[in-house]
Amino acid sequence: MATQAISNPAAVHHDHAHDHGHEHHHETFLNKYVFSQDHKMIAKQFLITGIIMAVIGMVFSILFRIQLAWPDKEFPFLEVILGKWGAGGRLDPNFYLSLVTIHGTIMVFFVLTAGLSGTFSNLLIPYQIGARDMASPFMNMLSYWFFFAASVVMCSSFFIQTGPASGGWTIYPPLSALPKAMPGSGLGMTLWLASMALFIASSLMGGINYISTVLNMRTKGMSMTKMPLTIWAFFFTAILGVLAFPVLFSAVILLIFDRSFGTSFYLSDIFIGGEALPNTGGSPILFQHLFWFLGHPEVYIIIMPALGITSEIIATNSRKPIFGYRAMIISLLGITFLSFIVWGHHMFVTGMNPFLGSVFMFTTLIIAVPSAVKTFNYLATLWRGNIRFTPAMMFAVGLVSFFITGGVTGLFLGNASLDINLHDTYFVVAHFHIVMGCAAIFGMLAGVYHWYPKLFGKMMNDKLGYLHFWMTFISAYLVFFPMHFMGLDGVPRRYYEFTEFEQFKQWLPLNQFITIAAIIGALGQLLFLYNFFVNIFRGKKAPQNPWNSNTLEWTTPVEHIHGNWPGEIPTVYRWSYDYSKPGAVQDFIPQNVPFSETISSNTPEDFGYHGDETQFVHEFYQAKHLTVSDEQKAEKAN
Amino acid sequence: MSTVAQIDEVKSNPWGGGRSPFSVEYGKLMMWFFLLSDVFTFSALLIFYGAMRFKNLSWPEPDYVFQSAPGIHGNAPLVFVGIMTFILIFSSVTMVLAVEAGHRKSKAEVIKWMVLTIIGGFTFLSCQAWEWSHLIHEGMNLHHNPFLNANGTPGAVQFGQLFFVITGFHGFHVFTGVIINIIILVNVIAGTYERRGHYNMVEKVGLYWHFVDLVWVFVFTFFYLV
Ligand code: HEM
Ligand SMILES: [Cu+2]
Repeated sequence: MATQAISNPAAVHHDHAHDHGHEHHHETFLNKYVFSQDHKMIAKQFLITGIIMAVIGMVFSILFRIQLAWPDKEFPFLEVILGKWGAGGRLDPNFYLSLVTIHGTIMVFFVLTAGLSGTFSNLLIPYQIGARDMASPFMNMLSYWFFFAASVVMCSSFFIQTGPASGGWTIYPPLSALPKAMPGSGLGMTLWLASMALFIASSLMGGINYISTVLNMRTKGMSMTKMPLTIWAFFFTAILGVLAFPVLFSAVILLIFDRSFGTSFYLSDIFIGGEALPNTGGSPILFQHLFWFLGHPEVYIIIMPALGITSEIIATNSRKPIFGYRAMIISLLGITFLSFIVWGHHMFVTGMNPFLGSVFMFTTLIIAVPSAVKTFNYLATLWRGNIRFTPAMMFAVGLVSFFITGGVTGLFLGNASLDINLHDTYFVVAHFHIVMGCAAIFGMLAGVYHWYPKLFGKMMNDKLGYLHFWMTFISAYLVFFPMHFMGLDGVPRRYYEFTEFEQFKQWLPLNQFITIAAIIGALGQLLFLYNFFVNIFRGKKAPQNPWNSNTLEWTTPVEHIHGNWPGEIPTVYRWSYDYSKPGAVQDFIPQNVPFSETISSNTPEDFGYHGDETQFVHEFYQAKHLTVSDEQKAEKAN
Repeated sequence: MSTVAQIDEVKSNPWGGGRSPFSVEYGKLMMWFFLLSDVFTFSALLIFYGAMRFKNLSWPEPDYVFQSAPGIHGNAPLVFVGIMTFILIFSSVTMVLAVEAGHRKSKAEVIKWMVLTIIGGFTFLSCQAWEWSHLIHEGMNLHHNPFLNANGTPGAVQFGQLFFVITGFHGFHVFTGVIINIIILVNVIAGTYERRGHYNMVEKVGLYWHFVDLVWVFVFTFFYLV
């Protein structure tokens, strides 16, 4: 494709400075695969670490699901794999709490924050904006290694006498503040805090890098409003992370002082074993405020990249421009802003002043508006599209389905009067698993299927992909949908054996059903793991642009090279959604194709002209004289 | 040919791509965003302080707690912390001068002002150390607060705890700032930036240093004034 700019020698400049440093670069195993500073390699490192963490988190969930389904049965294999925590084939109650805690932590932070943003921001930001690499490749590398260290520390807590942290992923004090409170509050909690401190550092280094890269390193012509929505989503996600995580950091500092140095920031009037502790005047509720000031933005840190990925995949595979490009950006902006002022909806039952509660309720319900805008735009993009059901597309559409389901239950919970009844029940478990555990995970899987050819230069197997999709989609609904009804019945979350309560005994069969569905879903993931890892080595070689996409990453060679483009970085002339443009030769026009080469499809708007179309004359514009039959066709299509 | 150039012409406005919209190199941009995130760290701590203070019905009187200085025992409210604050702000001024000298590529002057900045930072830290040890000597620590509340009730322990944690956290920032300043100074002396042709690194640590000073103004206001 003749894509080099005719008109801008300046673009050449831009790259030169960059190429320079790389000329005498000796590639050794260590700096290519381990301490790599190349964004593509770092993306793979994040992805594979994320997948490993996801598998660990998933195994944990199966373990505690078995306990919930068959609380009285003995499973000798538990003793084999867990030792004293599975003594007699029964899961230890404290260990159950640890599993739930670490499952949540791993999934929320390690898989859906670092695994998702780390992979796709690193892979796509430089590629899609046309940059040779991240603003600071070195910080980028550090970001990965801090994340890796955090993962190791988190997992290492399984190998200590007292077991991992067990106060829930939200680590509310006093359980987390008093090392004597329960076994998991001891060293396990300390390791949890250490791991999170590393994690926050990693996320900060990644975030400021993503932001600076997007702002500073766009190629010629890539104005902010020509950026693909993926980049917009990663950009806002990074801003959220940079502003929200430090607050968790402060909360953690104060918690560490409470734990280890006897301060009473979060502690007051506590008795352990009948003995009063000296702490007075602290407030555990303040921890919740600090935690959820991060915690709520965090859930959007999780979903926004998935939404960005979905925008790209749905537009590409519907062969249609994304519907409402600017509305999408504005709703991302709206979500970013609003997500800082809704945290109180996690605390309606903390004795919050009902007036304040109603303020938080108001902001919470408003955040549903931009969320709904995005959903409707996806549906409008799909509407009458020329849909290609690739596995990535299936997962992207799956995301839309789950996002609707989970968003609706979010509205239930956002109502203070309903939430007072539903808080800390399985209804909340159902809500957040459907939006995070399903929607966001589907976005991540969609991204993996879609960009696998770019990541590894190989194709994944489609058949396995479809099977994986259907197994995951169906089992996910079977697992999480019934939980709503348990929640409506008041079944509390985080209980080792809630079916012991007389009024909840009836839920035991449903628990078994859910567990079986979960096991089937987990087996479905084996298909994915096989498909993913085997095709890295044995997959069919990928073509350069397998999905006929418009974005810049597909103009780079299949084999990864340092600096991404062998020659000059392409210049960008158009937005990334010129799919099925009337009059065009193909049903896609990549961003780097100049208008002078697409005379047959240019529209007056492309020249900045918004008046009467019939009046417009330009050398590079062909008025579309529709024949009668064309007109009829067009009529029908609209 | 000329028309082609026109229709395919890429607008060269600041946000049009191919350049930094603020004409700022990425390192400085990253520093700005780091500082923005640190703003949130300190804000969280200071808001926590505010919440604690309002939660407790009464609170020790700063004029009473902070009334000593080396050689002066009592009756000199806020004198010592005033001196500390002055020193820190003064070190910000010398930092500005170092950055300015960097723009003129005057190595000798950069060295001079950097050295003064570092001395200012160390002096501040020493003052803080004196104040801490004085207060500890008076019996204030993480478990105990000897200073009565303004209304005569036993002093809220959170006063001392937050004092040590927050001024400690700020002091840690100053300390890292001083260390980074020293590293940069060594590079200046070694001529690294002279060879590089610009003193951008001095500007970046300058941003950090000013930020740390600015945070002190807030810490000072929260603990000593209101
Ligand atoms: C339409 C938008 C949404 C609304 C109105 C909403 C509302 C709520 C409310 C009110 C709660 C508190 C329930 C309680 O604890 O009693 C909640 C919990 C939660 N939501 Fe959402 N939500 C929305 C979207 C999301 C999204 C997109 C995610 C994640 C990707 C998410 C993740 C979570 C999580 C993780 C929790 C539970 C945290 C916990 O207590 O462990 N929510 N949501
Ligand atoms: Cu929330």
